[in-house]
Amino acid sequence: MLSKVLKRIAVSIPVLVGVVLVIFVMLRIVPGDPVTTMMGEHVNPAVIEKISREMGLDEPLYVQFFKYIANALRGDFGTSYRLNRNVTRIILDSFPNTVKLSLLAAVVAWLIGIVAGIIAAIRQNRLLDRLFMGCALMGVSMPVFMTALVLQYLFAFKLKWFPVSGFDSLRAMILPAIVLGWNSAGSIARMTRSNLVEIMQNDFIRTARAKGLREHGVIIGHALKNAMLPVVTMMALQISSMLSGAVLTESVFGVPGIGRLAVNAIETRDMPLLQGTVIFTTVLIILGNLVADLLYNVLDPRIREGA
Amino acid sequence: MSESIVLDIQNLKSHFFTMKGEVPAVDGVSIQVPAGKIIGIVGESGCGKSMTAMSVMGLLRYPGRVVGGTILLEGRDITHLSRKELSRVRGNEISMIFQEPMTSLNPVYPVGRQVREAILLHQKMSKEEATKQVIDIFRAVGIPEPEKRYHSYPHQLSGGLRQRVMIGMAMVCRPKVMIADEPTTALDVTIEAQILRLMKKLCKEQGTSIILITHNMGVVAEVCDYVYVMYAGKVMEQAETFELFENTRHPYTQGLLKSIPRLDEKPDRLYTIEGVVPNLLHLPKGCSFCTRCGLAVERCSLEKPRLYETGDAHGVRCFRYEREVSLDGE
Amino acid sequence: MVNDRKDLLAEHEALETGRESVFNMEYGDTAAQIGEADTWQDKLRTLVRQNKLAAFSAVLIILMILIAVFAPVVAPYDHLKQSLTERLSHPSMAHWLGTDELGRDVLSRIIFGARISLTIGLVPTLISMAIGTVLGLWAGFYGGKTDFVIMRLADVMLAFPSLLLAMVVMYTMGGGLVNIFIALSLVNWASTARIVRSQTLSLKEKEYVEAARSIGVKKWTIMFRHILPNCLPSLIVLFTLNIPSAILSEASLSFLGVGAQPPSASWGLMVVRGKKYLFSEPWLSIAPSVAIMIVVLAFNFLGDGLRDVLDPYLKEQ
Repeated sequence: MLSKVLKRIAVSIPVLVGVVLVIFVMLRIVPGDPVTTMMGEHVNPAVIEKISREMGLDEPLYVQFFKYIANALRGDFGTSYRLNRNVTRIILDSFPNTVKLSLLAAVVAWLIGIVAGIIAAIRQNRLLDRLFMGCALMGVSMPVFMTALVLQYLFAFKLKWFPVSGFDSLRAMILPAIVLGWNSAGSIARMTRSNLVEIMQNDFIRTARAKGLREHGVIIGHALKNAMLPVVTMMALQISSMLSGAVLTESVFGVPGIGRLAVNAIETRDMPLLQGTVIFTTVLIILGNLVADLLYNVLDPRIREGA
Repeated sequence: MSESIVLDIQNLKSHFFTMKGEVPAVDGVSIQVPAGKIIGIVGESGCGKSMTAMSVMGLLRYPGRVVGGTILLEGRDITHLSRKELSRVRGNEISMIFQEPMTSLNPVYPVGRQVREAILLHQKMSKEEATKQVIDIFRAVGIPEPEKRYHSYPHQLSGGLRQRVMIGMAMVCRPKVMIADEPTTALDVTIEAQILRLMKKLCKEQGTSIILITHNMGVVAEVCDYVYVMYAGKVMEQAETFELFENTRHPYTQGLLKSIPRLDEKPDRLYTIEGVVPNLLHLPKGCSFCTRCGLAVERCSLEKPRLYETGDAHGVRCFRYEREVSLDGE
Repeated sequence: MVNDRKDLLAEHEALETGRESVFNMEYGDTAAQIGEADTWQDKLRTLVRQNKLAAFSAVLIILMILIAVFAPVVAPYDHLKQSLTERLSHPSMAHWLGTDELGRDVLSRIIFGARISLTIGLVPTLISMAIGTVLGLWAGFYGGKTDFVIMRLADVMLAFPSLLLAMVVMYTMGGGLVNIFIALSLVNWASTARIVRSQTLSLKEKEYVEAARSIGVKKWTIMFRHILPNCLPSLIVLFTLNIPSAILSEASLSFLGVGAQPPSASWGLMVVRGKKYLFSEPWLSIAPSVAIMIVVLAFNFLGDGLRDVLDPYLKEQ
């Protein structure tokens, strides 16, 4: 078990390095000198050169890269061009908002998704199944910003139940969380249903029925745990798409989170900030996947007991 | 047959509803199960023997459905029970074990817990008492170290042990009837004998009747008291085991017995029944075996034979025994 | 899984009911053994007969492609023509979906926007899937170090939240539709590569591939003649399901201001520009959103339907 965990962690390391490398290289093949872009064309070249040297931009790329990694490991992602603050600090300021938003959204997504998926599986090919699966596909197909705008219009503007934007009270968090969760709920419902339907074909389901369990007992007692195992993996994949969705949700509702930070960084061409946010979130996702993988191993007795 | 009949299946019909038409997978099957006896149902794959078992358990799934006949359990009609009533019968009064011990147990729960579930479903009992009862039944079905095995997961047990667990699960509520659908087909021959002996012993001790579904004539000869031979959804021949083997009447049964290789003879090649099981959608108009029967005459392909009584509780569905009394209810 | 239903299925071997999907669902994987293999025509017929929604979606998609191609003929107005006297007019007979803040007809802009969305859906998806297919075949067939490098690269690509990665590419190359093309082509190959690789690995062991190898057929010929055709059903399904996600990506990038630039009629751009007027003229942002949703939904329904008939084993990713 321990060796398996270590092995799994070891596999993640090249991916982590790769992620940093890809972003690092991609952001440095930007045409034009970053300092000139930042300061403007009319600035004295001598000043630009001086700043470049201070920021270490005159060194060869690989030296910059290893310095970056070394600093990043110490928790230092460099200094923002525009805000003139440490990127790590900026990220840590906005990060809690994104976490709150994502966690709330996850609760929404899991509640709606799993319940709808189970009901659809029980009522397979009947009206309720079709209805729920239609809604789930709608959830997957609706652009996040559309859900956001429609809900904002209806519940914040027309009905005035929630504030239009901001993220300072629980009330203000509800709409963004529903918007973000709705999208994932669709995939979770579809996944839950298809897994359950597949599991229900198994022999041990027939055994459970033959034992005298009633249908809901069979599903909840015997099929659900089997069906949920792959959904755990799904949960990890959802972290990634949820963060993509968070970028859009934060933008519509003006949530000062990490997604907004990334968009602002692009608008203001703040390279270290963009680099920091993207690397930070991606590393988070990789760690999330790692945890989900290990969780799967713990949950499945066939793997846990070392078959 | 003077013994008390526990399970009486009368003229059971189960059909499959497919796009190409209605398929009579079980077509008017009548089976009587006396108390404490082992009844065998034999036939090739596709003859409807498993479907019969599933119909009795109420486990037929769409697109299959019971369309006619009655199933009486100690005189009570269980054919038209509600789901709730049916779930009280299943596992409690009638239980079932399946062919595949490898996949018939839920991989994510310890086996003991799965057996205990059956007890808790049907009996008012505390969890501790139920656990003790599971350990007792594990000991009774010959599982070594039952306390330890209680906490094992299915993948940690061998096929034979898993089938013992299944038998334990099926017997733990002391059912009146246990249906065993090819319980030993997936097991090694040595294990097969052990499991059959175990079933026979439990049947004696607890007074449980067993319906043993198999394609293996040897197994039938070894354990069954009474045998039904099925072909294309119908019972072709029925008799007490000894009688069946001594006075085999139906050409199909004769064919089945002849296909068993014997050690004391050295034929040039193994005997086989010519042809294949007919498509149930396009059965011959007359006897369903007529296309493969060496003794068929013109009448066989035109008229359907009934099940004729030939004495000694021996029934044969063949015109060659027509002079005798018909057993069919039709 | 194969053995457990052996008996039931053996009983059905005589039934020849291979093409019934309800039947297939209950009695599962061995249904394929019953009856002969389905031809393409059979599968399409099944799709049309059993999944009306998918068939309807296919018709809708064709209709939308026609509208996009003949946009100048179909659209009631020039989508770029501004009219300051008609700014922000409500939906009317003259302008079914009203006009935007520059007096441009919203319906006409949506019709022209379909060109952008559909092209974005089709072209970068094709390119990225072509890259993914070649890399997947290569990795699966050659194995070893090649496989390791390609798959680790795919792992890296899949680790990013796709929108953020596309945003970084847009940062590097600057906004504009052409750059979105490039960004989406570069970003989305990894999932295709993974699926093609796993199919290649299993197909590689098949007898006919072994046979081809043993008589000395060239590796690339085997890959493209023998293995690729067998991946096609999965690829078709994947293609249909990747189109809507590419469309959504473009819309999202444009919505965030890092994609299409004005005066382009990109739907995502229309939504974000209409957002300012959400509370007074909601149709400005809602109408193009609905257009996006309909296209995406149509492709998703079609993809789901195709998956059911072509490739039931390709599960939700």
